[in-house]
Amino acid sequence: MEQTNFQLKKQKSQSNDWSARLHHATRATREDWMGKGISYLCIGVIILVVASMLWFITSKGVATFTQNHVSLTKFLFGTNWAPDQGHIGALPMIVGSFAVTFAAAIVATPFAVGTAIFMTEISPNKGRKLLQPVIELLVGIPSVVYGFIGLAVVVPFMRHVVGGSGFGIISATFVLFVMVLPTITSMTVDSLRAVPRHFKEASLALGATRWQTVSRVILRSATPGILTAVIFGMARAFGEALAVQMVIGNAAIMPKNLISPASTLTSQLTTGIGDTIDGTLPNNALWSLALILLLMSLFFNALVRVIAKRGQLKHER
Amino acid sequence: MLKQYSFEETAVQTFDDKTSLAMKTENLQVFYGANHAMHDADLAFPKNQITALIGASGSGKSTYLRSLNRMNDGIATVTGKIWYHNVDINEPTVNIYEIRRHIGMVFQRPNPFAKSIRENIVYALRANGLKNKAELEERVEKSLRGAALWDEVKDSLDKSALSLSGGQQQRLCIARSIAMEPDVLLLDEPCSALDPISTVKVEETLLELQKKYSIIIVTHNMQQAARVSSQCAFFHLGHVMEYTPTGTMFSNPQIPVTQDYIAGSFG
Repeated sequence: MEQTNFQLKKQKSQSNDWSARLHHATRATREDWMGKGISYLCIGVIILVVASMLWFITSKGVATFTQNHVSLTKFLFGTNWAPDQGHIGALPMIVGSFAVTFAAAIVATPFAVGTAIFMTEISPNKGRKLLQPVIELLVGIPSVVYGFIGLAVVVPFMRHVVGGSGFGIISATFVLFVMVLPTITSMTVDSLRAVPRHFKEASLALGATRWQTVSRVILRSATPGILTAVIFGMARAFGEALAVQMVIGNAAIMPKNLISPASTLTSQLTTGIGDTIDGTLPNNALWSLALILLLMSLFFNALVRVIAKRGQLKHER
Repeated sequence: MLKQYSFEETAVQTFDDKTSLAMKTENLQVFYGANHAMHDADLAFPKNQITALIGASGSGKSTYLRSLNRMNDGIATVTGKIWYHNVDINEPTVNIYEIRRHIGMVFQRPNPFAKSIRENIVYALRANGLKNKAELEERVEKSLRGAALWDEVKDSLDKSALSLSGGQQQRLCIARSIAMEPDVLLLDEPCSALDPISTVKVEETLLELQKKYSIIIVTHNMQQAARVSSQCAFFHLGHVMEYTPTGTMFSNPQIPVTQDYIAGSFG
């Protein structure tokens, strides 16, 4: 109150030059500038960090090809990985990464969608009270714990059931399945909840059963969201290093079957990065693996965007 | 301030010829938890006529309508009897899917599925096991003609239903319901989201449809009730106050609350 009076007085004492009076900065405008400045600063820092990471990984990753003159085709399609001897065929790791990613996604999706349908359509109350916390808990468990359980439980189990050492793609798939399940489930739940209630009502009012309504109306209109969820799950599986490293066996050879030891891009990175010297071919080769990982995560992101846009566009025409 | 009207003073007509009735309710009560939203509704709906349910917001007319094809299942508790072909369809043993196939419903907001126009109509038919392509096509055309939409969409049946205008979408929803060839069509304020021109088209459609179907329509638009309906029921705060032929309702309302509502004193 006092301040207002003070300002009024101040304005009164000012000249009759309206242009100067209406253009001069007050505390309010200065606060605006401050706020804008702080936001732009934060955005700038984030952009700088992301851009320098991209630049760092890319420049280091391409050194294999520019400085060590390894051909790109040999890197991408060669199957012999022995960087100490100058052989850097990364195909075994690429295949390993894709194999565990797709296998985990394929196994996890039906479970995730089933759980999500239960949580949204069949028993929303129990879903919210019981399953929601469980899923949130699963997301929060550190990956080393998953890896340890994999090592202590899944690997011996696989050794017992299918034979071999127990280390291999199938164990990694199993561990990743549990790890991506909560990601896919919670995002699928969100996309099912976003389906307008009137779709469900319209379907029921036409005499369609609950199952028909869920399978033909609700799942159908949630499809873009579910695909996005699966891709996020795949991105997580593709990028997971520690847990996979603990159960896959870490042999940089072409996987012959699901139970032979193999390795992924990430597991090879974490295994190898401590043993190499900066600037040498073995080190550069690992950076190239990191570059592939980076490009794949950019690809997953782009895919999510494309799907979101498709989902939107389809019904606006 | 809303005047206090006695809920004892009602004027509800009854019909002697039971065979001429499409549906009838006895002592219908609806509860949302502890909230008693509908009291003792005793209404009978003649076949092949349009019955309008009017009343202010919150008078229970939509609640009542939604009970008639058991759309309140899982949302509210409905007690009392709902007679349809001499069966009380409010019994828990009744197959609700079968009921909804015979008693179709159109909602306030046009709610076509995010599918093509054709798929919107075929959906429920397929869900009921109709697979023959030629027959499906025939039903699509017949129901779209019935809803007076055929001429506007016949060349674009594969376009998304969401690309239609609001009025067209609502007529598509009507077409979708009549494709199931129901007996009774329930409409919950079908024109409240539509412009006047679309409203006229929907009303013309309804007047045409009453030759084949018995129609019960909830509307908060008294003029609309006067234009389309033959019978008219007035709801007030969860009670049915007056139920008479539409002409009587608007020219000679029987009780004070209806007189005040028709005169525009509240609502």
